Amino acid sequence: MAQSNAAPAADTGAPMIELRNVHKWYGEFHVLKDINFQVGKGERVVVCGPSGSGKSTMIRCINRLEEHQKGQILVNGTELTADVRNVEAIRREVGMVFQQFNLFPHLTVLENLTLAPIWVRKTPRKEAEEQAMEYLRRVRIPDQALKYPGQLSGGQQQRVAIARSLCMKPQVMLFDEPTSALDPEMIKEVLDVMIELAQEGMTMICVTHEMGFARTVADNMVFMDRGEIVEVGPPTEFFANPKSERTRTFLGQILAH
Amino acid sequence: MSEITVPGVAPKGPIGKAVFWARANLFNSWLNTIITLVIIYGVVRLVPPVIQWAFLDSVWSAPDNSVCRAALGACWAFIGVWYRFILFGRFPYDEQWRPLLVCFIFIALLLMSCDRRFWNSWLMLIWVAGTAVIATLMWGGVLGMTFVETDLWNGLPLTLILAVFGLGFAFPLAILLALGRRSHMPAIRALSVGYIEFIRGVPLITVLFMASVMLPLFLPTGTTINKLLRAEVAFILFSAAYLAEVVRGGLQAVPKGQFEAADALGLSYRQKMQKIVLPQALTIAIPPLVNTFIGAFKDTSLVIVIGLFDLLNTANAALNDPAWRGYYVEAYVMISIIYFVFCFFMSRYSQHLEMSFNKGKRR
Ligand SMILES: Nc1ncnc2c1ncn2[C@@H]1O[C@H](COP(=O)(O)OP(=O)(O)OP(=O)(O)O)[C@@H](O)[C@H]1O
Ligand SMILES: [Mg+2]
Repeated sequence: MAQSNAAPAADTGAPMIELRNVHKWYGEFHVLKDINFQVGKGERVVVCGPSGSGKSTMIRCINRLEEHQKGQILVNGTELTADVRNVEAIRREVGMVFQQFNLFPHLTVLENLTLAPIWVRKTPRKEAEEQAMEYLRRVRIPDQALKYPGQLSGGQQQRVAIARSLCMKPQVMLFDEPTSALDPEMIKEVLDVMIELAQEGMTMICVTHEMGFARTVADNMVFMDRGEIVEVGPPTEFFANPKSERTRTFLGQILAH
Repeated sequence: MSEITVPGVAPKGPIGKAVFWARANLFNSWLNTIITLVIIYGVVRLVPPVIQWAFLDSVWSAPDNSVCRAALGACWAFIGVWYRFILFGRFPYDEQWRPLLVCFIFIALLLMSCDRRFWNSWLMLIWVAGTAVIATLMWGGVLGMTFVETDLWNGLPLTLILAVFGLGFAFPLAILLALGRRSHMPAIRALSVGYIEFIRGVPLITVLFMASVMLPLFLPTGTTINKLLRAEVAFILFSAAYLAEVVRGGLQAVPKGQFEAADALGLSYRQKMQKIVLPQALTIAIPPLVNTFIGAFKDTSLVIVIGLFDLLNTANAALNDPAWRGYYVEAYVMISIIYFVFCFFMSRYSQHLEMSFNKGKRR
């Protein structure tokens, strides 16, 4: 369904991420209803929808922070199962950036960045540190390497969180509302980093209500409501003439202010 | 204590400053004034008699207790005669340099372990070596030292052996129990919960008592387990349950996002706990942990029920000597000072540790 249309980086081989008839319940509550959805290599997808529609739940299923109960999720051709080995292997390839940053407060910025490469990827410390500095330069805060997360601004913390994920050299990046906990003046610095990442050809799924960002980078827009994917399409069409009434109402609301 | 500044008054000289400080902090409201006056009254009533008893009317040395009987004040001569027995109990008198050395080794090991620079795998080795030296010194039987059985390991070394090894083994066990209680595996969780709740539901005295009276009933006749070992094991099992709950409190205070971030990076369960969750949980739990440590340290004196002579019990034994009967206060003052030094040190150290962990992490 969601094959890339615009980006030169996207190839049309096997999808990087595929969800087939995925269902999830919280007790009686049906959060995800028959989700079908593909993301190709190098494709950028922006997911939007009203609060409580299941956006976070869906992307958290992709690295199994949440468990789905029915259907299949494939990452780079491997199906997610309950097997711990399999889950850890998939998490190594899938980076995630959270709304609340979730940096490790007891470690310095540099230690935050090198921890997983050293312990999970078994990269030698020196190499891991050099690579971490490289990513810190890319998110434009190399001078903060020896500080603790608590000493940084929100925007800086979120950029560290992005760099931390990138240090694992993931094949896919998931973003769950990365800018919604930030003060307005810091949103741009984070979005700029994400745009750069998109331009380098990273496969990305991004839950966000930053529609300007969506227009710039998205190959595809996904609109979710009440646990369903209501509409999928390239941003030009999605914004200009949404097919579903629900999409129109939602866009009307968020573009209004 | 926060200083309150009163505008318009500039204190001059040390006395002026003191008056100014007192007015701002001790007499700044009618309630504070009343509290201050009550405390001053209490101090005036209590301190002089205590000084009179402890220093002015006291007997510092005497060949026997007739001088003490005549005096009105404290009989420190009692301590002078009995301190070696209180510290080392029935350990052979001429060999008491051995338990003394053991106490110093313990203190050196503990002080070393307090320094974060030494927190690496070498410390483990040093403890193993230290333990070997301690065991050799206590038991003897080699290098010309006479063999001393564990029944004669009394007083302060016994208290330290029980407390240090007891808590040293109880702590890792407690971490496993706390993790087990939060495990997703039902069997492990049930086991941990059952264990913790059972132990917390019974007094230490009964655990010690059962360990010494009940256990031999289940063992084939003739097999004996060393009394000290039984007390040590009972103490470990008991403290672990309490410490586990404190550790669990710390684990619960670590935000869910920390677990998720560690998971999302592909860390294994062990790496996640070791590198991310436990360092934060244990830092949060320092105050209640030390509280439990201090409580457990003092609980070692309950081993009297199975006939072990720790510091408190050697003092009691000394008090039973017909010639020196009745100098309870003096004996307990000495014991209290020793306990206090250790507990106060733990308390101060925990404050220091908390500060050093939080340094630089706050804006
Ligand atoms: N652990 C949980 N137990 C029960 N219900 C949950 C749980 N987590 C989420 N839900 C419910 O599932 C629904 C979807 O939640 P989700 O967080 O995926 O929404 P969202 O689209 O990300 O919303 P938002 O924009 O507010 O982040 C919500 O109605 C929420 O109340
Ligand atoms: Mg959400």
